[in-house]
Amino acid sequence: MTDIAETRTTPLAAGRAADRIRKRYAAERRFRLYGLVAVCVSIAFLALMLLSIVSKGYTAFQQTMVYVDVHLDESVIDPKGSRNADDLARANYGALIRKTVAGLFPEVSGRRDKRKVRKLLSPGATYDVRAMVMDDPSLIGKRISLWVPASDDFDQLLKGNIRRDVPESDRRVSDKELAWIDSLMEKGLVEKQFNTRFFTAGASQEPELAGILGAAVGSFLTLLVTFLVSFPLGIMTATYLEEFAPKNRWTDLIEVNINNLAAVPSIVFGLLGLAVFLNFFGLPRSAPLVGGLVLALMTLPTIIITSRAALKAVPPSIREAAFGMGASRLQVVVHHVVPLAMPGILTGSIIGMAQALGETAPLLMIGMVAFVADIPTGFFDPATALPVQVYLWADSAERAFVERTSAAIMVLLAFLFIMNLFAVYLRKRFERRW
Amino acid sequence: MIKTVIRLAAIVPLAIAAEASARDQIRIVGSSTVFPFATAVAEEFGKTTSFKTPVVESTGSGGGLKLFCAGVGVNHPDVTNASRRIKKSEVDRCHKNGVAGIVEVKVGYDGIVVANSKKTGQLQLTRRDIFLALAKNIPAGEGKWVPNPHKTWKDVNASLPATKIEVLGPPPTSGTRDAFAELALEGGCKTFKWVKAMKKKDKKAYKAACHTVREDGAYIEAGENDNLIVQKLEANPNALGVFGFSFLDQNADKIQGSLVDGKAPTFENIADGNYPVSRPLYFYVKKAHVGVVPGIKEYVAEFTSDKAWGDEGYLTDKGLIPMPMDERKMFRSNSANLENLSM
Repeated sequence: MTDIAETRTTPLAAGRAADRIRKRYAAERRFRLYGLVAVCVSIAFLALMLLSIVSKGYTAFQQTMVYVDVHLDESVIDPKGSRNADDLARANYGALIRKTVAGLFPEVSGRRDKRKVRKLLSPGATYDVRAMVMDDPSLIGKRISLWVPASDDFDQLLKGNIRRDVPESDRRVSDKELAWIDSLMEKGLVEKQFNTRFFTAGASQEPELAGILGAAVGSFLTLLVTFLVSFPLGIMTATYLEEFAPKNRWTDLIEVNINNLAAVPSIVFGLLGLAVFLNFFGLPRSAPLVGGLVLALMTLPTIIITSRAALKAVPPSIREAAFGMGASRLQVVVHHVVPLAMPGILTGSIIGMAQALGETAPLLMIGMVAFVADIPTGFFDPATALPVQVYLWADSAERAFVERTSAAIMVLLAFLFIMNLFAVYLRKRFERRW
Repeated sequence: MIKTVIRLAAIVPLAIAAEASARDQIRIVGSSTVFPFATAVAEEFGKTTSFKTPVVESTGSGGGLKLFCAGVGVNHPDVTNASRRIKKSEVDRCHKNGVAGIVEVKVGYDGIVVANSKKTGQLQLTRRDIFLALAKNIPAGEGKWVPNPHKTWKDVNASLPATKIEVLGPPPTSGTRDAFAELALEGGCKTFKWVKAMKKKDKKAYKAACHTVREDGAYIEAGENDNLIVQKLEANPNALGVFGFSFLDQNADKIQGSLVDGKAPTFENIADGNYPVSRPLYFYVKKAHVGVVPGIKEYVAEFTSDKAWGDEGYLTDKGLIPMPMDERKMFRSNSANLENLSM
């Protein structure tokens, strides 16, 4: 043997072999480089997306507020002195704000100008004062000081989204209004504060009053229904098909159908939901319950397919060992196979749920693409979802909704992040090595 | 076991239906153009009265009327918004499904603007220019049509700049597109005398010729999102965009509206009816629901009050162009008396 080897390794052949080895190493280096480039490109895209969203949206977390003194005149709020909640709710708080503004700008005269100067404050000022009085009727007759939101144009001007240096005709804020705003700022009555309202209010047509809580609660309720329906159904289907079902033409047919369903466009599920849940069962429109059921139908195939893959990945030796110890089929599946497959099942479920979180198309058909001002409190209340809110705001004309759209996307991403974090935690708990 | 399951399956929807029959919240569907106005009214209504804030869905005019006409009962909407008038066929459909009483309320006007970036000059267009630039086929002598050969605005009208024709506009599903075709394209189409004569003889062919938009890339369907069109105009100063007046109003620092037939798309011109491309907006109320679902009458009263749709009402801040005083008065009293729609 050594003879032959020696005769073959002529200097020429050795050179060629070294060449080939070099080439192989070079190919491997190139391959690694391609991989690295691919990773860098995807990171760059992700960073670009996040950067553009955050840079556009971070200003929405601040809101320009104006400090005002309001005299809670008893003769306006409660002339009869009854302190009846109904009378207090219906009182003309707008008049109080009008008086306050007139006190701030005593020099402004003329109907048009008076109206314009009032517009510097958001209609939210009136609602805030009313809420304060309703909470504590003993305030009536006193003079209170509070921060009220400025109008969206005022706010956008301070944030630089409406520019001062363009001609007056191209600006939504006239020179007169600019002077008023400057005088307010000189007096130190204007401040940018953390925009709590954005996180505690429902939808509004006034950008400065609009909040994301209604949509977030809607998304939460909807996804809760989706999870409660699709997770058990998905696991049971996958376990039955993988562990118990006989392999015949029927199960093949079911498998093909499940795979096909996973590829059906989501709008089709919306139409199905409209026909079955709304028209046949008579469930209410725009309800998180219906949205959750529709999205559950959509995510079921994803969960089933990934769960089956996870069950398949459990080594047969585990099953055989359990059988060897005398476990029944049910015991093998419930005590050993499913717990070991759980990390994979959870990964699949979270992918399905993340998809469901981002859907708007099926929700359109069942009436969840809507303006809902009240924050939903149950599964039957009208509600929207986070992506719907993003879509509706992106479609609004007001300049101030641009930053709020980006901010809503950030909230959506945070929601997704928390969901994923929870899944990673669960996966870590179930994970077992063999 | 199976029996109980069946029984449960039968009871659950019944229980839900019973709950739904006690609906205490107004449901509104319809046009995406009227949506910002209807939501503003709904919000004000919810905050200043003891009724719940109505739920407003943005389904498009056609989709809204379809839902509205599907029947009477709590599962069907009470009000639908439309950026065009209800059609005869839709009224028939309503009647067939038992929706007999419909109250029509015109709320105001919306101008459709043809705008471009401020980085280039303002265009002075006529409706005929718009038609010749965007129609699929254009007239070439009496009774003859040729595929639109125009590549630049100069080809259309020698007084216009020699920039490529590039117009971003809404897709055919949009009510804005319908109105644009009817007012701008047809308006230009009619300026050919023999085409106008065609209207009497063969209405279908006339409409097909005047409303069909070219498909060779000069007209780009930019989706329903008008903000997107505004952004694209900024990026491409040579392009024109077609969208509602409120978006021009909000973005006056970036874009300018072209003059159409010598009239600029300003609030005053649209309100006076001088600007030719403007359309009325409506909402329709289901009479059978008034008194059943609480608050409908009050909602209509809020919408038709001068503090909402008047010359200085809060809806004009949102971009609605108000109707003249007399017309407002008429529609206010009609809606308060729940007078039936007459076609």
